[in-house]
Amino acid sequence: MSAAAVAVGAAAAVAAAAGAAAASAEAAPSQTTAAGPCDQLQFGSSAFTLHSQGAEARVWEGQFLGRAAIVKQRFSKKYRHPQLDAKLTVSRLKQEVRSMMRARKLGVHTPVLYLVDHATSCIYMERVEGHSLKTLLHQNSLVEPELETLLVEVGRTIARLHDGGLVHGDLTTSNMMLRQTDNQLVLIDFGLSYNSTIPEDKGVDLYVLERAFASAHAESGAAMFEKVLEAYRRASKQWSATLNRFAEVRMRGRKRTMVG
Amino acid sequence: MTGESKSPLLCLGIEGSANKIGVGIVREDGEILSNPRHTFITPPGQGFLPRETALHHQEWAVKLVQQALAEAGVTPDQISCIAFTKGPGMGGPLVSCVVVARMLSQLWRVPLVGVNHCVGHIEMGRVVTGAQDPVVLYVSGGNTQVIAYADRRYRIFGETIDIAVGNCLDRFARVLNLPNDPAPGYNIEQLAKKGSKLIELPYVVKGMDVSFSGVLSYIEGAAHDLIAKGEATPADLCFSLQETIFAMLVEITERAMAHVGTSDVLIVGGVGCNLRLQQMMQVMVEERGGHLYATDDRYCIDNGAMIAWPGLLAFKQGQVMELAETTCTQRYRTDEVFVTWRD
Repeated sequence: MSAAAVAVGAAAAVAAAAGAAAASAEAAPSQTTAAGPCDQLQFGSSAFTLHSQGAEARVWEGQFLGRAAIVKQRFSKKYRHPQLDAKLTVSRLKQEVRSMMRARKLGVHTPVLYLVDHATSCIYMERVEGHSLKTLLHQNSLVEPELETLLVEVGRTIARLHDGGLVHGDLTTSNMMLRQTDNQLVLIDFGLSYNSTIPEDKGVDLYVLERAFASAHAESGAAMFEKVLEAYRRASKQWSATLNRFAEVRMRGRKRTMVG
Repeated sequence: MTGESKSPLLCLGIEGSANKIGVGIVREDGEILSNPRHTFITPPGQGFLPRETALHHQEWAVKLVQQALAEAGVTPDQISCIAFTKGPGMGGPLVSCVVVARMLSQLWRVPLVGVNHCVGHIEMGRVVTGAQDPVVLYVSGGNTQVIAYADRRYRIFGETIDIAVGNCLDRFARVLNLPNDPAPGYNIEQLAKKGSKLIELPYVVKGMDVSFSGVLSYIEGAAHDLIAKGEATPADLCFSLQETIFAMLVEITERAMAHVGTSDVLIVGGVGCNLRLQQMMQVMVEERGGHLYATDDRYCIDNGAMIAWPGLLAFKQGQVMELAETTCTQRYRTDEVFVTWRD
């Protein structure tokens, strides 16, 4: 029904917002670092409430022009040298928006972008209804065929990203959500994403995910990741180079377990 | 049981996985009775090599054992067990220490316990600071790891994918020909206080992992050029290097905290006594409403007590080693240790 209309409308808004953001960044680069910790966020007449605070951004929720929205606001980190902080905040905000758009073009589900506000370092996007993969796996609420399908979808999704030359950079089970409305796997948090076609980068990307599975889902993590990897192998055109490098990354130096 | 009060258990620990050899005696309530140490210091511009380091340790081991006993005021018959570093570390230095441990074990007829060096740092930090269940940043010349405890293992959430942060600092100290006395990292820290200009350096965070080799290559290549052209002083370079790589460390620590939902941080390892790193971490931890636990050079830097204490914890759980099992290994990951003494 109206889902298509929403997507089209949002895509137009994205293009406009991204253009505006790029323009404002060039026009007034000094403004882009203004975002600091604050306890409220307002857009037009609607106020946003603080949802959570991550490592480098505050997440707000509320209504954006009548739609349930999430706002990711990067804030300056007081521990960093201001110069370094400004550089990282600006480059990561831009990179994140570009990566989300690129992922969507590659057919990967991401939250729909609504608006990018450079002055306050905010990204306004669709609020994805549902739970993260981490929560779902911890709840053990998934039964076998469902779990299998989901893990296969994780592998396919990453393959699609990688084949398209995008590396997520922070693949963890907390950054994958299952959207309740259409049961689709949605990738979130492209804050560390970048463009790359090098097997090394893709290998490290997979390695980060393997570690996330192992550390957050102790006992069954390894088996679940194997399923993801198998699906990746089937789906990716460049699986051979990537998985060879992944094996190297895994065995590299200090990460290797040696006995005796 | 008899009505007599049992004398408390004492453990003597020997550490010598890198350029420091230390012998510590720890009581079962966590009290450190003595903890003497000696460092193998090389001339400026040079690192320490396994062979020379092993010879240094062989020269100092017995003296330090005698010193530890004398300072603690205990006799060998009061020692309940001897702990040694099983790994990770340099082969030669490790073996030099384990030979001493085996000898003492047979001489005094007390059991041996092998200890993981990284777990030693963590347990020492916990007992000294009283931190309960923090995210641990373990930073030293050989290791860089972000660790959190779960299901009886110290799990590694993030780590360096190439060289350790301390190695990066030490090797840059060699470029500037800074003395290795008392430690190259300490001299970088002092020089950095005089720096103010931030030179842009590569900033490499991959998920919860970090990489320092690119930063080092870049600054090694650019240092002399920048100094010659007057664009930066050695102090500026030390300042920039610290600001950049410590920001990377604080960032991955914060990511791990967000991931596991903990707000306390414990910093251990030699680089952990850097006050600028502690200061940056403090700012981050305060923002998250947590508490920073850090120690000074007595406990941060490799020492005997950090081996004795987890050795004693393991000993109380009945984990002793037969002589034939008392090998050491250069590679021994933190998460390989099954932690029997914690819930």
